[in-house]
Parts: sequence; C-alpha cells; structure tokens
Amino acid sequence: MSDLKALYQEIILDHNRNPRNFKKMKDASCSVDGYNPLCGDHYTIYLKLDKGVITEISFQGSGCAISKASASVMSTVLKGKTRAEAEVLFEKFHHLVRGENKNENSAEEFGKLAAFAGVSEFPARVKCAILPWHTMKNALEEKKDIVSTE
Amino acid sequence: MKNTSTIEQQTRIDFPVEKIRRDFPILSISVHGKPLVYLDNAASAQKPNLVIDTIKKYYLTENSNVHRGVHYLSELATKKYEAARVTVQKFLNAESEREIIFVRGTTEAINLVAATFGRKNVQAGDEVLITGLEHHSNIVPWQMLCEEKGARLRVAPINDDGEVVLEEFARLLSGKTKIAAISHISNALGTINPVKQMIEMAHQQGVPVLVDGAQAVPHIRIDVRDLDADFYTFSSHKIFGPTGLGILYGKTNLLESMPPYQGGGDMIKSVTFEKTIFNDIPHKYEAGTPHIAGAIGLAAAIDYMNSLDWDVVQQYEQTLLLLAHEKLAAIQGLRIIGTAKEKAGVVSFVLDGVHPHDIGTILDQEGIAIRTGHHCAQPVMQKYGIPATARASFAFYNTIEEIDTLIRGIQKVKEVFGHV
Ligand SMILES: Cc1ncc(COP(=O)(O)O)c(C=O)c1O
Repeated sequence: MSDLKALYQEIILDHNRNPRNFKKMKDASCSVDGYNPLCGDHYTIYLKLDKGVITEISFQGSGCAISKASASVMSTVLKGKTRAEAEVLFEKFHHLVRGENKNENSAEEFGKLAAFAGVSEFPARVKCAILPWHTMKNALEEKKDIVSTE
Repeated sequence: MKNTSTIEQQTRIDFPVEKIRRDFPILSISVHGKPLVYLDNAASAQKPNLVIDTIKKYYLTENSNVHRGVHYLSELATKKYEAARVTVQKFLNAESEREIIFVRGTTEAINLVAATFGRKNVQAGDEVLITGLEHHSNIVPWQMLCEEKGARLRVAPINDDGEVVLEEFARLLSGKTKIAAISHISNALGTINPVKQMIEMAHQQGVPVLVDGAQAVPHIRIDVRDLDADFYTFSSHKIFGPTGLGILYGKTNLLESMPPYQGGGDMIKSVTFEKTIFNDIPHKYEAGTPHIAGAIGLAAAIDYMNSLDWDVVQQYEQTLLLLAHEKLAAIQGLRIIGTAKEKAGVVSFVLDGVHPHDIGTILDQEGIAIRTGHHCAQPVMQKYGIPATARASFAFYNTIEEIDTLIRGIQKVKEVFGHV
C-alpha cells in the first residue's frame, strides 16, 4: 500500500480529477497527438510559442490518472519557460520517473514534478507519465507526426 | 438468472477445485506479498505439471528433428509429434488427422487461410465478412487481403449487449462473399456467438466459414463436424499448453485445393530447380522444422483437459461467471461491458472516474492479475465509446474466494481514488 500511496499522491489524484489547461487551443503555434497503444492513452498537446518562449500550453484527450496528471502538471510547469528550459525539464522528468535521479537533494528543484517520483517503482507505468512530455517535445520541435510510446 | 447462492453451495461441494489447483504449480506463488489471483486467463492460461513435465521429458530424453532421420530419436520425436496431431484431431472430432495443421498460433492460422484460400479465391469486387466483435487477428489479415485484391471487408455489427445482429449477418452474406470469419467467443466481451447457426446461414449462400476459436476451446467442447466449420483455429497457450503453437483445422477438400503457405523443407515431395512437387496435407502447410516440443506439450494439455469431466467444468465456470457478474454489478459506479445472454469466461468492466490502467496497477499490488486495455479489439471499444476496459477472465482453476478477493481489490481502487 505504501508504494501505491507513493504512486497515487494527492497532487496526482487532484490533477486527474481537475486537469488544468484542459482545453483545445484554436490559435496554437503547433499541436501534436501522442498515443500509447498499450492502454489507449491519447492526448493532443497545444503550444503557443513567442520568440522561443512557451506563452500558452494546453491539452486534451483521455487516459489513465498518471498520464492525465502528468499532462496537467506539465502544462502548469512549462508556461513561461523557454524552449531550452523545457528541454532541460524534459530530461529531468525522464530521469525522475525512470528512477535515474541520483541527486538526493533535488526535491525542491523538481517542485510539483517530484510527485511523479513514485512512478519509478511501477515500470509498466513509466510510459504513461512520459507520454505527455514526449508529445510536448515533438510539438516544441514542431514535428507533426503522431507520437507513440511503443 | 439462477439463484447464485444455491449454486454457490453446490459448487463448493461438487467441484474439486483445490485438487485441480495443485496441478498448476504457479497458482501457489505470491505476488507483491499476496497470494496470486490469476484472472487473466483469456490472455494466456497457466500450465499444469503434466504439460511442464512432458516438455521437460521431451528435451531430456526424446529431442530430435522430425520426418528426416532414421535414427532412434528422430523416429521417436516424429512418432510423438504425429501422435499429438491425432490427439488434436480427436479433441476437435475432426474426420482425419490430415486436417490438423500445426502453426504458431491463432494469428498465424488466420493469416495462413487469408494468404492461401484468400489469395486464391478473393478477387476484386468480392467481399469478406467478419463481425463487430473480432480480435485484431481476425480483422487485419482480411483487411490486408481486401486491400491487396480490391475486395471489400464487410462487418456484421453487434448490439448493445455485445451480440452479433444475426439479421445483419444474414443480410451481408451474398454471392460476393468469398469467406466469413467469425470468432466463437469474444475475448473482449465474453459473448458466445451462435456459430453453428451462423455457419448454416453462410453455407446456405455457399460461403465457407473460418471460426476463431481462441477463446472457445478453453471453455467449451468443440466438435468441428457438428459445427460444420470449414476452418477452425485456436492457440495452445490459451488451453493450458505451451506458447508458440496453434492449430488450424481445415476440411480436407479445402486444404487440398489451396496453394501452400510458406516454402521450404518438409512441405515438399521433390525439388528441382525447374519444379517443386508439394507434399500432401497436412505437411504441405508445415514448412521447416516445426515446434515439436510445443505440439507434444499441447497434446499433454489436451490429455489433461480430457481427464476432467467437462459437463461439471462448464457448469462450474458458468457459476464463477454468474457470481462475478452479480458481485461486480453490485459495486456502485461499475459498469459491465458485454451482457450477452450466452457468455463464457470473461467479464469486462469500467469504473466511473478511474481508468482501467489504474485499476490494473492497484489490483496488481493485491496480487490480482487482470488485463486492462483494448484487448486487441479496438473496434469493440469504439462501439462502446470507451478507450479501454478492465477484464477479469476465468479458468476452471479459479475459485469463488478469488472473485471475492477481486471485489475487495476493486473496493481498494475506489478507496485510493477517494470514491468511497
Ligand atoms: C479471440 C482471439 N482471437 C485470436 C487471438 C490471437 O491469439 P494468438 O495471439 O495466440 O495468436 C486471441 C488472443 O488474444 C483471441 O482472444
């Protein structure tokens, strides 16, 4: 049960119930679909970029609590970040959910993202957490292809 | 609906489930510190000692290649491999063992028929008829064939209970239909299709029928002659046998008239650079070294199944299903997907506000194995407007207590998600 509590932290359950920035963006600079065929998770991430800064970010779609909360938290974290900052966070988040984050003192730097550390104990769910981030990264790079985590 | 509480009483007395469970060593392992509750039998079933020991013995004392040696071991392996074919023939009540082809699984069996019978008989403007509850493996090979040939894939729809609409099935059968491919039991919904009736309907139009029996063979006795199926397919791993092996049954006249599937050793009588004379059935369809240990292991699985009283097994499984239905349906916010009158082995469900994937993870922590996702049946999910379901699927070694554990597990899911 303790592992489960670590996975389904209150912040994750909250973002799952009330996802932030959960809407279509008509005037997005770019939007990309992300899809996890194993569980049927499917999201569209919308970005508005201005001189390399993410001025707006939103998403739509459906999936499990982990993927939806991940998309929602990501959207709150990335607003106002530059492309380079977003890419750094992408890498950090990867390390975090894969359990490769060896820096013990880094809880603060992760902020809300730290809630996803518990995912690393559930290898089958790592993909769920990462899907929105991958999709966002492709949107940043303005790739239009559908992202798949398989 | 029968009165489940009396059935529950009867079942506790009549069915020796504890004894049967001892035949399956994996059922006594622990997962995350809890006793394993294995409810993912539709994905793959567990193996009894008889199968494990038979395969071990094969590799310890019997292993060699088949059909190509005069030495002791090769003859022994050949004898066992061909005896396995006869075991399968009797199991399906096929007329001849020549009608039993060893393949990799249901998927390969269907692809074989699409690539041979299909390529030969389906032409531009023709049609292939399937149903709305098929597994991807009984959709995609036909789709590929139709694309290649300029033919049309027709789909007989299902109703809200998950039953094929027979009037539509009848309406879609025509002179253009070159083959109908239907599953016997749906892996996503548990629906038992009235295949005998559907085959009769198809035959009235002169249409041969392939039955995907992957989910049926673990639960009901199959008589391919009584069904009058033209092709019948199943996978060994779903009937307590090894992975990597499956069966294609085909009527002799069809198998003889179809072109070969793959070329290579074993499927030929003679080869020159100018011309090859193909072997007789069944070998014509078994190019290369087959999965010998798999075939022998499957025969052991069938021997095991034959050692059980199937009237009682089927009654017991129906009881499990009925109880699971009743107890799951009583959970607030839970909706069962697939409510056909005739069902076997499978209960798919969704829970308000909780994605099936999260249900699966939380149940796993309780030692309960279920499947979550689209079950390789995305069109079924689309029909119900859901991305996925959670699916508990039963075998005769499951118990009433395990259903209660599942119910408690789902209560826990609701707790974690704050729905209680
Ligand atoms: C109805 C049905 N058909 C076909 C298959 C494919 O079987 P296999 O993967 O063993 O080839 C399955 C397995 O999930 C099934 O449930």
